[in-house]
Amino acid sequence: MAAHSAVLSASKIMNPFWVGRLGNTAKVFGTTLIRHRNKTSFTPPPAKYGGRHTVTLIPGDGIGPELLNHVREVFRFACVPVDFEMVNVNSALETDDDMNNAITAIRRNGVALKGNIETKHTLPASVKSRNNVLRTSLDLYANVMHCQSLPGVQTRHKNIDIMIIRENTEGEYSSLEHESVSGVVESLKIITRNNSIRIADYAFKLARERGRRRVTAVHKANIMKLADGLFLQCCREVASGYPDITFDSMIVDNTTMQLVSKPQQFDVMVMPNLYGNVVSNVCAGLVGGPGLVPGANYGRDYAVFETATRNTGKSIAEKNIANPTAMLLASCLMLDHLNLNDYASLIRNAVLTTMNETRAGATMLHKVSSCHQNGYFLTTDLW
Amino acid sequence: MTTRSMRALSGTLKPLFSPRSPQRYVVAACHQTHKSTYTTIAPPARYGGRHTVTLIPGDGIGPELAKHVCELFRFCCVPVDFEVVNVDSTKTSEDDINNAIMAIRRNGVALKGNIETNHNLPPSYKSRNSLLRTTLDLYASVMHTQSLPGVRTHHRNIDIITIRENTEGEYSSLEHENVPGVVECLKIITRTKSLRIADYAFRTAREKGRRRVTAIHKANIMKLGDGLFLECCKEVASGYPEITFDSMIIDNTTMQLVSKPQQFDVMVMPNLYGNVVSNVCAGLVGGPGLVPGANYGENYAVFETGTRNTGKSIANRNTANPTAMLLASCLLLDHLKLHGYASMIRKAILSTITDSQLHTADLGGKGSTSEMVQSIMNAIQSSGPRTQRH
Repeated sequence: MAAHSAVLSASKIMNPFWVGRLGNTAKVFGTTLIRHRNKTSFTPPPAKYGGRHTVTLIPGDGIGPELLNHVREVFRFACVPVDFEMVNVNSALETDDDMNNAITAIRRNGVALKGNIETKHTLPASVKSRNNVLRTSLDLYANVMHCQSLPGVQTRHKNIDIMIIRENTEGEYSSLEHESVSGVVESLKIITRNNSIRIADYAFKLARERGRRRVTAVHKANIMKLADGLFLQCCREVASGYPDITFDSMIVDNTTMQLVSKPQQFDVMVMPNLYGNVVSNVCAGLVGGPGLVPGANYGRDYAVFETATRNTGKSIAEKNIANPTAMLLASCLMLDHLNLNDYASLIRNAVLTTMNETRAGATMLHKVSSCHQNGYFLTTDLW
Repeated sequence: MTTRSMRALSGTLKPLFSPRSPQRYVVAACHQTHKSTYTTIAPPARYGGRHTVTLIPGDGIGPELAKHVCELFRFCCVPVDFEVVNVDSTKTSEDDINNAIMAIRRNGVALKGNIETNHNLPPSYKSRNSLLRTTLDLYASVMHTQSLPGVRTHHRNIDIITIRENTEGEYSSLEHENVPGVVECLKIITRTKSLRIADYAFRTAREKGRRRVTAIHKANIMKLGDGLFLECCKEVASGYPEITFDSMIIDNTTMQLVSKPQQFDVMVMPNLYGNVVSNVCAGLVGGPGLVPGANYGENYAVFETGTRNTGKSIANRNTANPTAMLLASCLLLDHLKLHGYASMIRKAILSTITDSQLHTADLGGKGSTSEMVQSIMNAIQSSGPRTQRH
C-alpha cells in the first residue's frame, strides 16, 4: 500500500512525459496491493488478465459515444488498469443480434459501462426496448442512484442526500401488453413476492453498509391493493430483520410533493419500477439535472453502470456541450465495484474540484462549458 | 404585467367585465335544452332560485373545512343549499357511498372531502373515492396550478392546467393472483376514453385561450398502452390547428417540472401520471392546502381539493389550510354560473393569502383555520353590500 502511494505521488511530481514509462511499475505494484473488501454477498472473480480488468463498453446513441470517449481518455491519462471491449448496438435494426452480442460480452466480463440505447417509436411494438432487454436478461434487479447536492452547483434545494433503490426487472416494465378487444389495451404490471423480497433485502443491506438510518418504501397500495400491497408487505417483513433501521412508507403522490418542498427529509427510498423512474428523475432535477447523477444497475453476477436518468440526449449530440460529469462519476462507481478504489477517488476528487471551479461550475453546466474544456480541467486536476 | 400574471388575476378581474344577473333571472335563463356531447351543463336552480349541492364531508380535515364553506356561503348569502351525506369509511358495506352517489345524481353537483381508504380492510373493498368517480363517469380531473401572490416558493410564475383521465388507466382496481406470490395488475387504456379526454383537454385549452397542450406518457416502454393514448391525442390535435401539441415522457416531465416549470401550459395524461404530476405541481406552488381540483363528467361535477389528502394528522386542530377547499367552492360557484359570488370570494381569499401573518402551518406560519376564514369574511364585508349581518 505504501509503495503504491509512493509511486503514485512520485509520478504526480514528475513530468507527464514520464508517465508512460513508469506506468507499468505502478500497475504491477497496484495489482498486488489491492485490498479485497469483505462483502456480504457473493462476488464473482474479476476478469483480470495480467492485472488489467476488461470491461464491456456500449456507446449507445446520442451523447453516449462522445462521453464514453472522454471516459476512455481520462482512464488512459490516469493509467487505470481497465481495458474496454467495445460493443456497438444499432438501435435502428429490428433484429436482436446486436443486443445478444452485447449481453454475451457482459456475461463474459461481468461489468459494463453503457450509454443509453434509443428506443425508436416508429418500429413495431414487438421490438422491445433494448435497455430493458439488457436489464432483464442479466437480471440486474437493483438500480441504485445516489443523489447528492454537489458543491459548486447552484440549486434551489441544498443538503440533499438520498439513495434511491428501484426494482429494475418487473413492475410496469414487463412489456406484457395485449389488445384483446380492438381499442382496449391491457398492460400488465407484475409484482412478485420473490423479487420484492430481494429488492427490499438489497435496500436494507445497503442502508446498513452505508450507515443509513431510515428506509422509506414508496407505493400506491391504497389503489393497487394486491400489487403494491404485496410489495409493501415484503418490505415490512424484511424490515423486521433490521431493527436498527427505521422503516416507513409513503404513497407516491405524497412523496413527489414532499420531494419538491422538503427533500432533506428522505434518506433511503425503495420502490417498484415505475415509481422509481419518476422519483429518481425528480431527485436528479433537484440536484441540478440529468448531467450530474450517475446510476448503477446491480445483479447477482453482473453490474452495469450508466447515467442515472438514462437520457440519450439526441438534441445535443456531437455539439461538444454535453455534461460529462454523470458519465465520469458512473465510471468511478465502476472502479469502486472493481475494487480500484484509489483510482476511483482520484477521478472523483478531480471531477468535484472541476465542478467547484468558477469557469466550469458557475455557468450553466450543460450549455456553456464544453466537453473538452471539462476534460482538460479534469486532467490538470489529476496532477 | 406579464401574460402569465394577467392570467393569474383574470379570475378576480372577471366579475368586473361579465354581466351580473340577479337571482330571479337565473331561473328563466337556465332552460337550455341543447346538450353538446362532452360539456357538463349545470343543473338549473329549481327551488326558489336556490341550488342544491351535495356535500360529502369525508374524513380527516374534510368535515371542519366543509363547515367553514357552509359558514362562508351563509355569510355571503350565496343561493346554495347543501345536502349533507356522510360516508363512513370504516364500514365495508357500500350503502353509504351508494346513497352519496344517488344524491349526486339527483343534484348534479357535489363538494366533497377525501374519504379515507383503510389499508386494513380486505382488497375487495374498493377505494370509495375511486368508486364515486367511476360510477358517475367523472372522466376529467382538472387542476389549475397557479403561483399565488404572497406565498413564497422556490419557483415563480407557474400557470399549469393538468387534465388527468379519471376513470381508467392504472386505477381500474383489476388485480389478481393466479400463482401465489405473483400479482398481476391490469392497466387499461381504451380508445374511446383517450379520445374523450384528449378532446376535453383541447376544448378547455381553446376556451381558456391556451397555446400549447403536452401529452405525458411512457410509450417507449408501454408501447401499446401509452402508444394508443398518444395516438388518440395526436388525432384530436389535428382538429385544433391553432394549438401546438407535443408530448413528453413522464420521467423527463417530472425532471423539467422541478427545474423549469414555467415551460408547461396545459398537460393531458392518463390516471397515474396525472396523480404524480399534479402532486408535483401542487408542491411547486406551495403545498396541498392551496390548490383546488375539479372532476367533470358528462352529467355531473364534483369539486374537492386538488391533491385529495385526508389530512388525518392535522384533523380537528384548527391548523388546516382552508384555501384549497374554499377555492374549490369558488369553482363550484363558477360551474353553477354564480360568477359574481365566485369572484367575490376568490378576491377575498387572494387578499387574505397575501398577509403572511395569517398563513397556516403548511405555509410556514402560525395562523389558524378559523382566523383565516374570519379574515376572508372581513374582506368580503369591506368589499360590498352582499353580506348578511348576524
